[in-house]
Amino acid sequence: MEKGKTVKHLIDKEWCKGCGICIHFCPKKVLAFDEQEKADAVRPEDCIACRLCELRCPDLAIQIIEQDGENEQ
Amino acid sequence: MTKERFDFKDYIRPRFFPHMWCPGCGHGIVLSSLLRAVHELGLDKNDIVITSGIGCSSRISGYVDFHSLHTIHGRALAFATGVKLSKPELKAIVPMGDGDALAIGGNHFIHAARRNIDITAIVMNNRIYGMTGGQFSPLSGSGKKATTAPYKTIDREFDIADLARSAGATFVARSTVFHAIECKDLLKKAITHKGFSVVEILTQCPTYYGRKNKEGDAIQMMEGYKNNTVKIGSKKLEDNPNLIQRGIFVEKTDVPEYCEAYDKIIQTAMKGKA
Repeated sequence: MEKGKTVKHLIDKEWCKGCGICIHFCPKKVLAFDEQEKADAVRPEDCIACRLCELRCPDLAIQIIEQDGENEQ
Repeated sequence: MTKERFDFKDYIRPRFFPHMWCPGCGHGIVLSSLLRAVHELGLDKNDIVITSGIGCSSRISGYVDFHSLHTIHGRALAFATGVKLSKPELKAIVPMGDGDALAIGGNHFIHAARRNIDITAIVMNNRIYGMTGGQFSPLSGSGKKATTAPYKTIDREFDIADLARSAGATFVARSTVFHAIECKDLLKKAITHKGFSVVEILTQCPTYYGRKNKEGDAIQMMEGYKNNTVKIGSKKLEDNPNLIQRGIFVEKTDVPEYCEAYDKIIQTAMKGKA
């Protein structure tokens, strides 16, 4: 990600049906299933904010928000 | 009243979410692309009317926060024609499934195209009747398995783009849910186009079509859209003419739009002898 910018992945776990489309097509492998088989951002620091997950999520469950500032660790 | 950042919650009725589509169903991606297209065009929610028929795809009219009519099977275009003639200032968008549009509503489809009425028809083509349990549709094509074709289909499929072109549609395009950005851009052009626009969007039904035809899950079906489609006129067609073409097939602006032509008839009649 661009220096000084971070990406927040807002994932609605109630809406996510765990189809895995976002995980499979993420070019940076940022997303993975959590223990409930729902999408989760496991490597948010690698995200390039291409928004392919948001665009292809059939459940409208992902929103990508770019923010200024360092990653929350 | 466009907000800079797109938030689909501004355009949906959240009380109906999570939606009823199966995990991995492509219809949600069509919904998402449509909402993005509306956002980028800066359209007011009150200026849009969504008319739909019956089927998985037609549930979209309940999810969007526009004027909406959930009507009867195959007749969404007929209802939209009525709405458009009485309120031509509205943007009429008609999302339909392949069976809804071309089997039950096949006649309405070709006649709406012939009239060139200013409606945007979105054909969400998953090649099967999903809601009723996986019966084959006029878009399934031959050699496919379905609940009603356990020994494979023998019917050939329509080519929606060719059919729409022959019937007289003045904007015809095709994309897939894998190509979500292209999908959104084509929808923007179709909504802006004055006249009858048809956008065919290939969308996966992993539950019936994918499972019965061993095409894998939603992810594999989307990989299929990536590998088996090309832009119109691509060089890859020389090696493999069976690849499905994506893009704009027809874009004509020299055909009169139906509502405008009808207005002229009203004016002529009003001048006549009383």
